[in-house]
Amino acid sequence: MNDTSVITAPQITELIDLVKRVHGFDFSGYTKASLKRRIIRIMQLKKLEFYDLKHILVNDQHFFQDFLEEITVNVTEMFRDPSFYKALNLQVIPYLSTYQHAKIWCAGCSTGEEVYSLAILLRDAGLGKKSFIYGTDINTEVLKEARKGIYSLRNIKNYAENYQFTGLKGSISDNFTILYDAASVHNELKQNTLFSVHNLVSDDVFNEFQLISCRNVFIYFETALQERILELFYKSLCPLGYLCLGSKETIRSDFFKKKFKVINQKENIYQKIGA
Amino acid sequence: MGPDKNLLERWRTTEILLLGGSAGSFKLLFQIVKLLPASLNKVVIIVIHRKRNFFSEIEKLFAENSSIPLHEIEDKDVLKKNTIYIAPANYHTLIEKEGYFSLDVSEAVWYSKPSIDVTFESAAEIYDKRCMAVLLSGANQDGAEGMLKLRNSGAVTIAQHPDDAEMDEMPAAAINIGAATYILRTEEIFELLQIQ
Repeated sequence: MNDTSVITAPQITELIDLVKRVHGFDFSGYTKASLKRRIIRIMQLKKLEFYDLKHILVNDQHFFQDFLEEITVNVTEMFRDPSFYKALNLQVIPYLSTYQHAKIWCAGCSTGEEVYSLAILLRDAGLGKKSFIYGTDINTEVLKEARKGIYSLRNIKNYAENYQFTGLKGSISDNFTILYDAASVHNELKQNTLFSVHNLVSDDVFNEFQLISCRNVFIYFETALQERILELFYKSLCPLGYLCLGSKETIRSDFFKKKFKVINQKENIYQKIGA
Repeated sequence: MGPDKNLLERWRTTEILLLGGSAGSFKLLFQIVKLLPASLNKVVIIVIHRKRNFFSEIEKLFAENSSIPLHEIEDKDVLKKNTIYIAPANYHTLIEKEGYFSLDVSEAVWYSKPSIDVTFESAAEIYDKRCMAVLLSGANQDGAEGMLKLRNSGAVTIAQHPDDAEMDEMPAAAINIGAATYILRTEEIFELLQIQ
């Protein structure tokens, strides 16, 4: 079964309202085409009709965690888009080193791969002890995985190619302890990280950052919600702080185009201007 | 002998042309991009399976040889007529009913990201009769389900004749599930698409 007609637009709205009412998560600003794909995927995985889905969402708290995990796409990699890390190393890291202490926010960090990629980059630049990375996500389950920092060996092999392209020295496996078919991130890289729940849709500023990375998250939001979150990022950045979006995501809002300077057009690295 | 009258009429009223291809389709797509007339006045969306970071070369090659502006899709780009859009590597491309693209990095479909099914299915929900889709050579079954949805929604769907396809599995899969309104020879596809 792979029929997109199994769920209608009004049913999606109904589901969004229900989730908001019962669980306090607001998906109304999410792009509808991908949200619909995710909902259909859950219905297929769990073999549920629309009515059953509503019923179980209301009555089973444990199911809601699964739902959240499927609705929010958690596909991630280490050193995803290696040219981004190259640009970061060249154009942003030198600036971060001028600070006593650099705070970095990785928003929508999922299972933590990007946080550890940034930690490796900072350590190699000699900023390991001078920097701190906050990884946040709306999903408590993926954050558990992120804290563990244990990834399948097969994935690490896939990430090795990315790593080669970043131009960093050595090999990606230098950062892991190999345990049979898994690889565990070295403790040294975990020391200056903190993973916690934060919902970009509903939660507010929680710290001031020199760098915010939020890649492949905006794609799931409609432009009005993107703009609201840009406001949150703007307020969370120190003057001249950096914002990194995914390689296919640009700041489209005229208001925020004036408030950010483009540092790297191709990699979508921006700098906050003004106070 | 030119294209079927009905088909010709449908092509003339088509607003969105969807092109899907995988293994063995690169050369065909290159030729199609080259022959599309400058005054086409349709939105053209190409979803081609490819390895990551391979794109810039396709974009360059295609752009240099097309008479219509060619653009790699970025998130929330608005669909404009007389533009050829190419789905980026590593993302699925979806079309929103408000008339813009949104991207998605979720699981690969048929081991493919971009997946032709994903884009075709989202187009099927919006464009019905205004849409025409062509499925070319490929070595897996991506695109067949999407084509079926397009056909059911009223779109015209064309599969490359499997005998002409370098890899026949993809068009054959679409034909087997009844997703193809027309099964055309490569030359017939070329002939149709260069008509203004």
